[in-house]
Amino acid sequence: MSETNTFILDDQEIPFTPGQSVMQAALTAGVFIPHLCYHPEFRPHGSCKLCTVKINGRPATSCTTPAAHGMEVESNTPEILDKRRTLLQMLLVEGNHFCPSCEKSGFCKLQALGYELGVMTPRFNLMYPTRPVDASHPDVLLDFNRCILCELCIRASTEVDGKFVFALSGRGIKKHLVVNAESGRLADTNFSLTDKAAQVCPVGVILPKRKGFAVPYGERHFDDAPISTHVDEFKPVMPGQGGRS
Amino acid sequence: MKNSDAINVVLKRHGNDGTRLMQILRETQEALGWLSPATLTAIAAGVKWPRSRVESTAGFYSFFHTEPLGRYRVLWSDNITDRMLGNMDLMQAMCEKLWLEPGRVSADGLVSVDTTSCTGMCDQGPAILVNYRAITHMTMERIEQMVELIHNQTPIEKWPVEWFVIEDNIRRADILLTNAMPPGEALRISFARGAADEVETSFSERSWHESMQASDIGASATLDEIKKSALRGRGGAGFTTGLKWEACHNAPGRTRYVVCNADEGEPGTFKDRVLLTRQPDLILEGMTVAAYIIGASKGFVYLRGEYRYLLEPLNAVLAKRRQLGLLGENILGREGFNFDIEVHLGAGAYVCGEESALIESLEGKRGVPRNRPPYPVTNGFLNQPTVVNNVETFASAALIAAKGGDWYRSFGSARSTGTKILSVSGDCERPGIYEYPFGVTVRQVLEECGAHNTQAVQVSGPSGICLNRDEFDRRIAFGDVPTAGAFMIFGQQRDIFEVVRNFVHFFAHESCGFCTPCRVGTTLLKNLVDKIADGNGTRTDIDEIFHLNRLLQTTAHCGLGHTACNPLLYTLEKFRPAYERRLKLLKFVPAFDLDAALSQARQMTGRDDAGAHLETHSEIAQ
Repeated sequence: MSETNTFILDDQEIPFTPGQSVMQAALTAGVFIPHLCYHPEFRPHGSCKLCTVKINGRPATSCTTPAAHGMEVESNTPEILDKRRTLLQMLLVEGNHFCPSCEKSGFCKLQALGYELGVMTPRFNLMYPTRPVDASHPDVLLDFNRCILCELCIRASTEVDGKFVFALSGRGIKKHLVVNAESGRLADTNFSLTDKAAQVCPVGVILPKRKGFAVPYGERHFDDAPISTHVDEFKPVMPGQGGRS
Repeated sequence: MKNSDAINVVLKRHGNDGTRLMQILRETQEALGWLSPATLTAIAAGVKWPRSRVESTAGFYSFFHTEPLGRYRVLWSDNITDRMLGNMDLMQAMCEKLWLEPGRVSADGLVSVDTTSCTGMCDQGPAILVNYRAITHMTMERIEQMVELIHNQTPIEKWPVEWFVIEDNIRRADILLTNAMPPGEALRISFARGAADEVETSFSERSWHESMQASDIGASATLDEIKKSALRGRGGAGFTTGLKWEACHNAPGRTRYVVCNADEGEPGTFKDRVLLTRQPDLILEGMTVAAYIIGASKGFVYLRGEYRYLLEPLNAVLAKRRQLGLLGENILGREGFNFDIEVHLGAGAYVCGEESALIESLEGKRGVPRNRPPYPVTNGFLNQPTVVNNVETFASAALIAAKGGDWYRSFGSARSTGTKILSVSGDCERPGIYEYPFGVTVRQVLEECGAHNTQAVQVSGPSGICLNRDEFDRRIAFGDVPTAGAFMIFGQQRDIFEVVRNFVHFFAHESCGFCTPCRVGTTLLKNLVDKIADGNGTRTDIDEIFHLNRLLQTTAHCGLGHTACNPLLYTLEKFRPAYERRLKLLKFVPAFDLDAALSQARQMTGRDDAGAHLETHSEIAQ
């Protein structure tokens, strides 16, 4: 009885299959909800909080909340958009994000969401953390300055590659990515450019060497249209399945 | 002994079990002084975990160090109550005598001095931890002696024993703290509830099936008493204990667990420390009753790392209870009732007081709160149904199991039954432990502890509520002023802004960092409050505090983030002048201080004359 499985998202009726999250159902229906730590191939964990919506008046992360019939979900409201903008501003001041010199510019989801949501200023004081880059690996550069701690590389390396190359250490504002080596160097892990973990970074941390700025301005991924129109890229791999578990 | 041998001894003691990583890391650190990269590699190989996961856990907790921090690690408790007793001056004096800066290790690698979150000694501060052993009542005299002992490299075991004496300071005792029930009493009475209606038969004559049924009757009858008592959790959230236990009992699972939350990290709270010292049997008995009711065979006491000194005494009580047949197999001769308890030591992370973070920590992981639902009662430790309750809740439950729900209801009020233990500290003559029936007014507590000219009371710690003089007739109760136990008193002479600043720094230090709003927001709040403290605050900054509060309350992952703005909100409402007198009249002043940025240049050139400074704000104002 699939016709009874619907909820309302900003005045639009969204069908879902049982087991889908609000996010998955929305994306399947072609409605974009901003997100950074969500990825269609991985189990959601809800840390970036960008996908926060109001469900029946209560705030919740849409990536971790199962869809239920008759829910009333608010997403595209001034109040929620303001919160998302502030969250992006927090991520922008927490790390060292300098788009003009970043190889990922034009392909970066953080940057694309900044444009999408109209982030015009950093609002807060930049924190300028000291985060040395790791250029030890022959094929991959790690620029931790841009890390937004979404844990996608960790999930990919753990769940797909079975290598545990990445993990988090530290706590609070000092939380940071570490690699699986006593030396702390990527070169001393079994990481490979072909790993799934090398493909999932939404920002410019994990970069292939000898290949930067290859696409001219105007032709880059998010140059053509805002990220919200790229909704097809974020649709669940198989509708109704909650990713890997 | 070689390092690798020391590590192997620890690994063997814990059966190379990765879920015991916290204990493995602590014991290794106690043996080797710190957790070097090679040590982490060896531990990872020993427990067969990826090294990255071991490093991940080691890096989360304040009390694990992956860098050498000296043979003597001195940590000053930095609760506001320690500050009011002058801890900052004392720490500064200590650093000067040791020729080092706070947070740095001495050049010879011998000693380091730093601050740590409240160590739960607020009634006997200023308090410190030296190599994680608690010392209270710090004075200049003690500092002089201590510096001498450190310079002479005297082992801590040979330091004056009176330094390590922790006082209980029980000022008012009620049903919990006066308890004199012999160990095992609550269990015997609980079992008897099952047998009461039956024909007298000895256990040996009963078939297994019959005895199980009898056990079920006793368990369900005791659960009924717990429910009848209307006992609510004492850790702060106030969930009805009977319902929690029933839900756990009914949840499907391979096995079940009972966890006692003794991670008493809320600054200003120290009642669990005293309960664990004075009534350990009552607490452990409460856990065993819970195990009987829900059908658990394993329990943990999650003891905060700051209370490391309680580990051996608690283990001794556990050993005694095993001897008495109150733990272990066939408890008190009841066939099939097997339950044992183990003390698990935390390592300096406030967020582990949140029950799902606590469970993560028990499993050897970072103390990050889980996504909920599912809740621990269905998916807790190792994904099995788990009851997590506060120390005081288990102690109360043991009393109820022995004396019944109706008896318990005769204390306190209709909706807040029983008693509550308060940890009283700050500006009063008799700080310490006060057990009251629920419903006591704030004013009565203030009178009995000898507080005069009280300006404000912070109830339930930084995440709780700040009461002003007009509110002292309010009552300690779930429906009025709920509390996990902290009761910090601030006299008229105190600057409430400094109180708040201390709390805001605390949350920034203790955020686990999982979600964006709390990880970044708590630091932004800290920066804003510091900006106001530096005299550069404006109305815009106050507006920003409200803006951040709305974000944290609605989007943070757990209670830490939800309540991180509470100290600011309550005091902005009730003690506005504490902020106003610091604010600039301007609408906006940047936090970036150009003159301060020149300090390095001044230091390098050895200049500090007027020409080496920019115009100051006060000059402009003139």
